[in-house]
Amino acid sequence: MQEADRLMTVCNSCRYCEGLCAVFPAMEMRRSFSDGDLNYLANLCHACGACYVDCQFSPPHEFSVNVPKTLAVARAESYAAYAWPGALSGVFERNGLVISLVAAFSMAAFILGFAVINDSNLLFGVHTGPGAFYRLMPHNAMVALFGAAFLYAIVALVMSVRAFWRDIGEPIGARADGGSIFQAIRDAGELRYLHGGGVGCYNEDDRPTDRRKFYHHLTFYGFLLCFAATSVATLYHYFLGREAPYAWWDLPVVLGSLGGIGLIVGPTGLLLAKARRDPALLDDISYGMDVGFIAMLFLTGITGMALLLLRATPAMGPLLALHLGAVFALFITMPYGKFVHGIYRFAALVRYAQERRHGLNG
Amino acid sequence: MSSKYDVLVIGGGNAALCAAISARRAGASVLVLEGAPKFYRGGNTRHTRNMRCAHDAATEILTGPYTEEEFWKDLLLVTGGQTDEELARFMIHESKDILNWIVEQGVRWQPSLGGTLSLGRTNSFFLGGGRAMLNALYLTAERLGVDIRYDAEVVDLRIEDGLFLSAELKRPIDGTAEVRAATLVAAAGGFEANIEWLREYWGEAADNFLIRGTPYNRGSILKMLLAKGVQQVGDPTQCHAVAIDARAPKFDGGIITRHDSVVFGIVVNKRAQRFYDEGEDIWPKRYAIWGRLVAAQPDQIAYIIFDSTVVTSFMPTLFPPIAGETIAELAGKLELDPAALEKTIREFNAAVRPGTFDHTILDDCRTEGITPPKTHWARRIETPPYLAYPVRPGITFTYLGTRVNKQARMLMKDGKPSVNMFAAGEIMAGNVLGRGYAAGIGMTIGSVFGRIAGREAAKNARN
Repeated sequence: MQEADRLMTVCNSCRYCEGLCAVFPAMEMRRSFSDGDLNYLANLCHACGACYVDCQFSPPHEFSVNVPKTLAVARAESYAAYAWPGALSGVFERNGLVISLVAAFSMAAFILGFAVINDSNLLFGVHTGPGAFYRLMPHNAMVALFGAAFLYAIVALVMSVRAFWRDIGEPIGARADGGSIFQAIRDAGELRYLHGGGVGCYNEDDRPTDRRKFYHHLTFYGFLLCFAATSVATLYHYFLGREAPYAWWDLPVVLGSLGGIGLIVGPTGLLLAKARRDPALLDDISYGMDVGFIAMLFLTGITGMALLLLRATPAMGPLLALHLGAVFALFITMPYGKFVHGIYRFAALVRYAQERRHGLNG
Repeated sequence: MSSKYDVLVIGGGNAALCAAISARRAGASVLVLEGAPKFYRGGNTRHTRNMRCAHDAATEILTGPYTEEEFWKDLLLVTGGQTDEELARFMIHESKDILNWIVEQGVRWQPSLGGTLSLGRTNSFFLGGGRAMLNALYLTAERLGVDIRYDAEVVDLRIEDGLFLSAELKRPIDGTAEVRAATLVAAAGGFEANIEWLREYWGEAADNFLIRGTPYNRGSILKMLLAKGVQQVGDPTQCHAVAIDARAPKFDGGIITRHDSVVFGIVVNKRAQRFYDEGEDIWPKRYAIWGRLVAAQPDQIAYIIFDSTVVTSFMPTLFPPIAGETIAELAGKLELDPAALEKTIREFNAAVRPGTFDHTILDDCRTEGITPPKTHWARRIETPPYLAYPVRPGITFTYLGTRVNKQARMLMKDGKPSVNMFAAGEIMAGNVLGRGYAAGIGMTIGSVFGRIAGREAAKNARN
């Protein structure tokens, strides 16, 4: 935090980077920086790397200005600071380990549960036609378990982002207007600030050759498509009385397949980009958290696609268990992992849109 | 490096890269020798942020037209006539096209930066600043096949009767290597970082100067050229100096160490005496004179003193102001004589006449009955805490250079054009800017003459 404060003071007396993204114009609206301000700026940063490559004071210069890394550290710390309940904020410290353990236990629990409840003929049997999945796990049990996990995740996220919003809320006040929210949806939807000011982002060196924006789009929209697939399937189930699994051409399967491909290709690209990234730009402490989340998305995508391809074979039972385990782990760790970056960054973008609309940048 | 290049460019800033790119685009083989390591490449360009170009209409990034005639008048004003009119008018004309040409080389513009609204009509700002501009030029040069060497210090030039033969390149381990080329473009900047050279004109005062750019701007190429028969231009004792924070590093503090709070208070020397009218003129003139004023004070140090009512009137500063609850306490922290500072401020306060303060115009807030007066923006310093910035001269660039013609071709002492030597950028800026300063004009000189030098050198190499 101290380092972030020092850097923002350096940057505020220079301002060469103000055309690159939202962080610097937001910084210019302030002369001093509270912790809330710094958390706001940290979450507004998309880590495109342009200000590092463009800065005449970056290391080895004695002013040692490294905004992307410093804000990455502050960002990771802010996730822990606003975690709800506070007792679980420690989860962020060894996030990679926690996420992998939760994922492993969750998947093991589903396999074990399937094996204990169902006899092995059922588990390794071939099931087709409507309701095939529910022969292994009753639909109501599935809804209860995942509904509870999802609800918990939402409550925890809402509480966390509320704390964040309050902390960064001054001086305008805590209410967001529709226009600002719409602006933020657009900015987040197109990753407007992951573009290096127009030239592209920087990853492995000082050439703007980065493809993270593309892979992030695949990941994010893949995730949304999968979520849409589940939602449509739920509507089918309750309103049309149609039970999963559905034919390959049916809407939930089409959405889920496209999303699944996104969740396989996107995270793979992001992981490779991360491996190649200039270590100077990386916050090594949150490396585990970043990788853990990307791996969880990848796992969700790959188990889902495998389930789709092999659902008419004896592998269906174990694959269903693996997929449900992965999704369950993804849900319950959402408030305590990299997933929150999207929520906080969105809130920061809303705040930024508000500041612009109120013309405080004079 | 034994093969012979068509064009050898010495230097690595805006002018050098524009020359290299333009020569390469004209079909020449080009080698760039940059004396600095890769991170510090680009000389003063890495600290720049904008360029002054003439344009006949407002654009996406410029708020209004800036005609050639207006540009010329501005140049005439800041130089007090110390300029080569033909060359200057030619450069101004060419600057129009540079606005587009530089974009074709990968550089991006943005509207004027926060805190520089006065330049919104005349100057185009680089998106991401000067280093971003350099990065774009280097990427373009590399893509076009220009060879670039860093840490490549040229220690001697072989020149016979205005004909460049080869350069001696210092090798990392032992001795030197000879680099031959059909033509030379010298774009290696001035000598502002060469304290020993500055001492020739400024005496021991030069030891207290802070250098705003890298330590690599030593002017060694300029010195060699002048010693080997190239005609000199510009006053060697002149340099562009602004007041920067005394706590700044010796080299490369760049833009962020500057202070523009002079108008909001008073400036005293180490004897706690005022020495110049702090309210004489508005930006940028006052910006450009205070470096020299401080250089003329004992130990080359001065203190901008103001009170807590004006802290938010200027841009935030890198170094926080030094504060004291009383004048005496502040004086103690600055190691000034408390009684002397109290007396200076008491006399100043007593001399302030009532008026309506407006720092954007030459307002009517002035003093009466003290010497020197403060002719505008004079307000009493009376609300604690009392605050101060210590300042020293920050040397930005020097004016001494090589004389060139409209082809950017160097002229020899006898007035004859060199056979195959060209110059661009700060090393020849004195042709156009004999003294004074106008924001962004150094970059105009660099890009315009760099582009021309590269083109002419390529043409020369073919013949």
